[in-house]
Amino acid sequence: MNVIYLDNNATTKVAPEVLDEMLPYFSEFYGNPSSMHTFGGNIGRKIREAREKVATILGAAPEEIVFTSCGTESDSTAIRAAILSNPDKRHIITTRVEHPAVKNLGEYFAKNGFRVTFVPVDRKGRLDIDYLYENLTDDTAIVSIMWANNESGTIFPIEELCKTIKEREIVFHTDAVQAIGKIPIDVSKTEVDMLSLSGHKFHGPKGIGVLYIRKGTKFSPYVIGGHQESGRRGGTENVASIIGIGKACELAMEHLDERNTRVKKLRDKLETEILKRIPNTIVNGDPENRLPNTTSIAFEYVEGESILLMMDEFGICASSGSACTSGSLEPSHVLRAMGVPFTAAHGSIRFSLSIYNTEEEIDFIIEKLPPIIERLREMSPFWGDKVIGYQ
Amino acid sequence: MWEYTEKVKDHFLNPRNVGVIENADGMGEVGSLACGDALKLTFKLDENKKINDVKFQTFGCASAIASSSALTEIIKGLTIEEAEKVTNEDIAKYLGDLPKEKMHCSVLGRDALEHAIANYRGEAEKEIEGEIVCECFGVTDLEIERAIKENNLSTIEDVTDYVKAGGGCGNCHERIQEIIDSMHGKEPRVKRKSEKLTNIKKIKLIEETLDREIKPALKKDGGDIELIDVDGNIVLVKMHGTCATCTASQVTLKNYVETKLRELVTSELVVEEVQ
Repeated sequence: MNVIYLDNNATTKVAPEVLDEMLPYFSEFYGNPSSMHTFGGNIGRKIREAREKVATILGAAPEEIVFTSCGTESDSTAIRAAILSNPDKRHIITTRVEHPAVKNLGEYFAKNGFRVTFVPVDRKGRLDIDYLYENLTDDTAIVSIMWANNESGTIFPIEELCKTIKEREIVFHTDAVQAIGKIPIDVSKTEVDMLSLSGHKFHGPKGIGVLYIRKGTKFSPYVIGGHQESGRRGGTENVASIIGIGKACELAMEHLDERNTRVKKLRDKLETEILKRIPNTIVNGDPENRLPNTTSIAFEYVEGESILLMMDEFGICASSGSACTSGSLEPSHVLRAMGVPFTAAHGSIRFSLSIYNTEEEIDFIIEKLPPIIERLREMSPFWGDKVIGYQ
Repeated sequence: MWEYTEKVKDHFLNPRNVGVIENADGMGEVGSLACGDALKLTFKLDENKKINDVKFQTFGCASAIASSSALTEIIKGLTIEEAEKVTNEDIAKYLGDLPKEKMHCSVLGRDALEHAIANYRGEAEKEIEGEIVCECFGVTDLEIERAIKENNLSTIEDVTDYVKAGGGCGNCHERIQEIIDSMHGKEPRVKRKSEKLTNIKKIKLIEETLDREIKPALKKDGGDIELIDVDGNIVLVKMHGTCATCTASQVTLKNYVETKLRELVTSELVVEEVQ
């Protein structure tokens, strides 16, 4: 069966060009860049090149780039560094819709003596900026706000937020894991202090992340060990993956336009046709300000896991904000924070596209999905009895 | 991804007996949209008082649909007395087992069947028996006790897997543990006796507890709480943000704040909300 992969906010295919660059560094050029011999030392040059490529896509300087093991490590490192560097400050600000890498860390600090403010969002997933500004205090050690949300695709106005937050001289970190490669990011045009990336969200390999640290930012390493990454992250370099993420950055720059034209058009077609063909269907998120590859659609009166498994029969891969898929009993924290009613939250499906998707695939989904929803609704005791409505 | 058996997949993709029987002899409805699963079961008896037609409608995940479908196949041809003996375990076994986290789907089927039989017998819709323990999913202590007994459960996670209790905010975990302990014959943990507090100490402690424990938890959900006054053992508070407008969580909230304050300040406190 053909796989139709529209779950690219979960992870992406490693681009063939990326894999080609990586492969020789497993069994042929396996040296340690820290070694004195030429065989190992040459690897150092490749890492330097990769660092330059990552710096270029971000508008940063190469020495501001630190390689980590994943987006989560980058987030943890940034937030802990800000806290350790500001020992007298006991307040953290983040949002209610962060990825667990930040959200759960915030909850951890809240249980361990810190005051943590979780900024709410509105029905479209837009940040309550006034609430954020009102809660900035002299005690605030760090503000950590994602650049774009993984579930709704809503983009936050990071450049604008930076100005006010930096006027107060508070450390600002952003999790840009979902934004990179999809929308332009230029740290030289913002005042953001730290920024996290993850390789596998933009056709690089898994197990590699990046933390951008603006020159002059007070820092303290999380993984303490060897001198690697100029003492900012110990541990032997993940050479092949570093080379891979470098190449992925190069490709992402090349494909940025395509993502905002062709891919966006496919996303829009999928969304428009679904809304047209299936009644009682709602888009979650901010259509005005959204990642070009993401749409989160709520199908009322049916449950997300059932939709996913029926699509799975056709090889269609997407994901759901429903409770049943995650093993928890409540719908995703993002949809709940947005105030999506339970009727819709349980039946929310996220489609996230990549440059590898074709129009034929979109047409296939548009054809297969309406009967699936209809079948499940016919099975649902609430369908046809819509007076039950929102609770 | 869940590891469903072939039988679960089959009953999900090709559910048996979907629909509603008009003029049914018995009808049971359980669950709700908010809870994420709901089941409506209808059946009709033949002249020998055996279930000869049964249909279901289910809103829920694959295992909820499969459990409903399995239930209809199990009870077809049974007398009411026989059907009454069907347990959630029977439904799970029929499907070649369910993932542990999905056992509540089989319990949903058993509950719907019980409701339908009660309805057939003309028994009035039962009042909720027992005391609600899990506010998020509306689960009572009696339901929890029954699930523990019938399925030999021993941890809070077990209870959540079978009846959902404790799967939401988690505020009832302590109470669930107490029920488990008492069912397994363990002495409940002795609560620390509170020392006599002076008024000033009490107010200070209430303030500290609100700031340290309660406010951060409420703020996570966009709400806030303000201490208005302390009158003897009555704590007057005002809700802000989403807490102020969310009527559904009103009860939970009051209970949560009161439980926390009783636990950390003194057990005599009563929380009252000022509008």
